[in-house]
Amino acid sequence: MLVYVLGFLGAVLLGTLAIVFFAVLAGKGKGTGQKSVIPPSAGSPLPTPSSAPTRYTFKSIIFSAVDSLLVPLLAVLTAILLGGIVIAVVGGDPFAAYKGLIQGAFGSAKALSETGVWATPYIFAGLAVAVAFKGGLFNIGAEGQLALGAVVAALIGYALPGWLGFDLPAIIHIPLAIGLGALMGALWAAIPGFLKAYTGGHEVINTIMMNYIALNITSFLMNGPMKDPSPTNVIARTPAIAESARIAPLFEGFRVHWGFILALLVAVLIWLLLQKTTFGFEIRMVGSNPDAAKYAGINVKRTIVLTMALSGLLAGLAGAIEVTALNYRHELGFSMGYGFDAIAIALLGKTNPFGVVIAAILFGAMRNGATRMQFLTMIPVDVISIIQALILLFVAADAIIRYIYRIKARGERVTLTRGWGG
Amino acid sequence: MNWKRFGFIALIIVILFGAVVLVGSVRQEPILIIASMLASTITVATPLTLGALSGIYCERSGVVNIGIEGMMLTAAFFGWLGSIYMNSIFGFDKMPSLIIGVLVAILSSVLMALLHAILSITYKVDQIIGGTVINILALGVTGFLNRQLFFEKGSIFGGNVPHAPGTLPIVHIPAQEAVSAICGWTGNSENCQLVAKAVGQVFDQQPITIAAILLVIVTHFVLFKTRWGLRTRSVGEHPRAADTVGINVIFMRYANVLIGGVMAGLGGAYFTLESVPSFEPGMTNGRGFISLAAMIFGNWTPFGAWAASLVFGAAQALQINMQLYRESIPAQWAFLQSSYVVGMVPYILTMLILTGIIGKTISPAADGQPYEK
Repeated sequence: MLVYVLGFLGAVLLGTLAIVFFAVLAGKGKGTGQKSVIPPSAGSPLPTPSSAPTRYTFKSIIFSAVDSLLVPLLAVLTAILLGGIVIAVVGGDPFAAYKGLIQGAFGSAKALSETGVWATPYIFAGLAVAVAFKGGLFNIGAEGQLALGAVVAALIGYALPGWLGFDLPAIIHIPLAIGLGALMGALWAAIPGFLKAYTGGHEVINTIMMNYIALNITSFLMNGPMKDPSPTNVIARTPAIAESARIAPLFEGFRVHWGFILALLVAVLIWLLLQKTTFGFEIRMVGSNPDAAKYAGINVKRTIVLTMALSGLLAGLAGAIEVTALNYRHELGFSMGYGFDAIAIALLGKTNPFGVVIAAILFGAMRNGATRMQFLTMIPVDVISIIQALILLFVAADAIIRYIYRIKARGERVTLTRGWGG
Repeated sequence: MNWKRFGFIALIIVILFGAVVLVGSVRQEPILIIASMLASTITVATPLTLGALSGIYCERSGVVNIGIEGMMLTAAFFGWLGSIYMNSIFGFDKMPSLIIGVLVAILSSVLMALLHAILSITYKVDQIIGGTVINILALGVTGFLNRQLFFEKGSIFGGNVPHAPGTLPIVHIPAQEAVSAICGWTGNSENCQLVAKAVGQVFDQQPITIAAILLVIVTHFVLFKTRWGLRTRSVGEHPRAADTVGINVIFMRYANVLIGGVMAGLGGAYFTLESVPSFEPGMTNGRGFISLAAMIFGNWTPFGAWAASLVFGAAQALQINMQLYRESIPAQWAFLQSSYVVGMVPYILTMLILTGIIGKTISPAADGQPYEK
């Protein structure tokens, strides 16, 4: 019974989010000065002058909403179509494969719960990359930030009671583990932010380098000081965290946990932060035109460091939640691939927090359903990576999609990064 | 490239070599340790050098390419696959299959480069996003095919990886003979013969490594001494001016990105056809990104990038050779016994270099900007 309630609530929630997403995107270009999706790149002619404020009727909102959702939607569909061709080429049955995929993702209460489990870290990590994009920064390092956040959360989770000599109540232990994990992610990401702001070292290379450094650090810790000492353990993992540091599942018997709800809340908070606060405005201003931001009196360097820290905070949160709510320990290699997936999610969601949530749930559903697909049809789960790369390709190069389906461009483009000079 | 930077590079290499000599000298002749370090430095710098050359061609013409990692991975997989097919299905001998493997590797990488060119030049997609697409696509395609062909029920080879034809053989350059001949004329001391042995060890390299070094020289010549190079650089610095004097900007960019693809493809072939005769998902392991750092540190010049690649190669050689002498590491330095700790050195080095502590680098002026007429 509860399951149907969950399913229903989930559907309502998704629908609401989609409508909000529509509405927010429809509100763009209203001439309110919020030009966060206007390309800052040099060389383009003057931005289209925001002429007399247009009156927005219900019809025009729906039209522009459909238009801005059309390209991502068609990108996903085209990618799935091409993925089906790939499956057929290697001798599989695409229909059976996708049937298995959908069954595995939505077919039962357990499947829905698992989709939520997959979507949770994707939402956090996707938000992390999206926030950085808003600030004109490309954070490829979500993976490392996530892994270190998880390591710290695990350390606090299993070792803190021992250090203190007494058991902590859950109400202190859980926030402490999550908070310090997130903080670790923030600090880790602040380093490339600092290097970008004060030395000009490009964050793309630096965050990637820090991924590998983080991987080495976690490998070192998991195989040495933090290795689970129990006699039966042979793999690189930490001991299990204390009961008092564990977040409960949402429903008895299912794995989906309160972290999912937290992820949705955080998405709303990030939206509020970006759209309704001074700091959010500064982030977007620096992202769309650092020179103008500087001229307007914004401390650009400080904003760059803080944007990266916020981004890392979210990525660290993803790792910390995985440890405290799902695995109850950190295991080497669990975080592989989250960083790149997060980039695709942030782009598919057009760096909008609600768009990110929808994209994350979609990606979570695909990853989750892929396991069943592989079980049923022997098509390797890796086909999902191909589909995701194609989605990213079509979202990034929306001109291709617009060409295939003969959709007119609306002059709206998310431009995210600049060359090495910036 | 200025002398300050070359001095810095030399200093780091000396420190890295010195560390190994210090630790290993109780068990091995220092000159042989240095030779072994030098040989492995040159060897492991090969994919970095080729990756950096790929980056130089792309970025000198004004296209940022962070997809080198993906191109190398694609090339590594398809080159390996090609050599296996030739060897075990079509029954070619070892050498022809390996050579065809290298060609397939280059071809697959060029196709990836073509995708990058279409995205960034024709569709004017943000070039860093375009590169990321290449990287994710490469991970997906190689991981998928690797599992589909070799590990699942649908495997065409019956569920296990077939025997690969091996790796490219060492090209013997008679350096050891030459030095020991000189030793013969000068009294034939024992030390001299030791030097000869060491020199021989350094000069015995495999073909892709030798090709990489030759390509550094060729690239320098092409970029700075030919009309093609001048046009490439002008397109990367000021495309509008180049267009005005009649240079086809779009064509030059396409051509150079594809040449970059050839370089990255050869670099990818190194992994599965020269280094080890097997493929692992994600086996390039960040080498493409490090080669970008090498390119930046080398200030977008072939010799500079090669020198920077050697620094990273030396850091990796340190990791490899330290493992040989790990028992000799003094107790207070015990943490160095962990390969993870030493393994961080190249990455930390990259970040340090990018901070610009040894001088600012200047990228091509139009790097990363799509050209619109």
